[in-house]
Amino acid sequence: MIPGRFEYHAATDVDDAVRLLAEHGADGKLLAGGHSLLPMMKLRFAEPAHIIDINGIADLRGIREEGDTLVIGPMTTESAIIDSGLLQRRCPVLPEAARLIADPQVRNRGTIGGDALHGDPGNDHPAVLMALDAEFVIHGRKGERREPVNGFYVGPYLTALDDGELVTAIRIPTPAAGHGYAYAKFKRKTGDYATAATCCLLEMDGDTCRRVRLTLTNVGPTPLRASEAEDLLTGAEPTAERIEQAAQAAMSICNPAADLRGSPEYKTHMAGEMTRRAIRTALERARGG
Amino acid sequence: MAKHAITLNINGQDMDVAVDSRELLIHTLRDRLRLTGAHIGCETSHCGACTVDIDGASVKSCTVLAVQAQGADIRTVEGLAGAEGLHPIQEGFFQEHGLQCGFCTPGMLIRAWRLLQDNPNPSEEEIRQGMAGNLCRCTGYQNIIRAVQHASEKMQSGETAAAE
Repeated sequence: MIPGRFEYHAATDVDDAVRLLAEHGADGKLLAGGHSLLPMMKLRFAEPAHIIDINGIADLRGIREEGDTLVIGPMTTESAIIDSGLLQRRCPVLPEAARLIADPQVRNRGTIGGDALHGDPGNDHPAVLMALDAEFVIHGRKGERREPVNGFYVGPYLTALDDGELVTAIRIPTPAAGHGYAYAKFKRKTGDYATAATCCLLEMDGDTCRRVRLTLTNVGPTPLRASEAEDLLTGAEPTAERIEQAAQAAMSICNPAADLRGSPEYKTHMAGEMTRRAIRTALERARGG
Repeated sequence: MAKHAITLNINGQDMDVAVDSRELLIHTLRDRLRLTGAHIGCETSHCGACTVDIDGASVKSCTVLAVQAQGADIRTVEGLAGAEGLHPIQEGFFQEHGLQCGFCTPGMLIRAWRLLQDNPNPSEEEIRQGMAGNLCRCTGYQNIIRAVQHASEKMQSGETAAAE
């Protein structure tokens, strides 16, 4: 399988990429790691006339700390996310999620930005970045704007990013020291998308949950924020009953499509189980386990 | 559609080639440069038969545009064996019966090579995780794991001998 015909452009810097995007409008498509886009092009699900390769832009890679914010370049590969000592210390849920994406070769090319911005409801970073209250820094012809990840996903492959815009950074408020975290992902085999997955971030105050974030992957047309489940746990002691109520609340917002991974009922059931596991693991870690 | 003139350093040798925008690296290697070791398997970045090493990392060459590899250092399975004979990884697959039909083997070998460059003494679990992007429909993987272990031991004892 070979993609259809297109013109290839290697963007030299962010301004060059924005100019190329403006020039080609809806006919232009950014090429990040390519491991979502190129397979879609081979299958003719996507046929952009112009490919704008941003792999050569060094400014779009890297992970750094700016005060109490973690700043990640969108072209940072999954392998670099996994290997980052800074993320391991400050935001370990990101390496944990990245390790569950695809396989070693794909993670060497696949990028956090490509995963987070493609709009595929099966991708893992969107839910994780929602749980982290991250925001995208977006460049376009009109300059720079910032957009919270929560609310960014509108539908399958549909985001708040306009044609002609490019994300230049992902900003994450550094999670509190000692926070609990987990990304529980159920998949059929190496390399598969999630049948269901849950991200949990929580901060404890003694026996009480001070702050909880719960988000779900691949059980709806977009990643989902389980707000009701969060409210059930916030300010409460996370007893087995509470965790079960939260899992039920998370299941109540699921609306998965039937496919080879199972029926909507099965996927919803697995979303409940992943939610239980994510909360339990995050709790253990918050308690120093 | 414009052709792109690119230079690839493959197994230590510079090669100039003109490629179409839409040409995938695996086709450039196989069809233009006649390096047919890397195979075309699933074509959807799952099976790993097309794995080659690009600038120090294992990559599935069916999902990279050839033009993106401009200037890259590429190692393919053809670059493993030396004048002195089979590479320890090839010998490991042979000794431990790490292959049957052999279709996935070139990708397995070059992936195992990179794995052992990065981690010369991997645990069984690390080998399983490291080789997770390469599918084999014959062996059941157990012998592949043993083959990598065999190579790891041989390469390390070779290094020790050289150091002494």
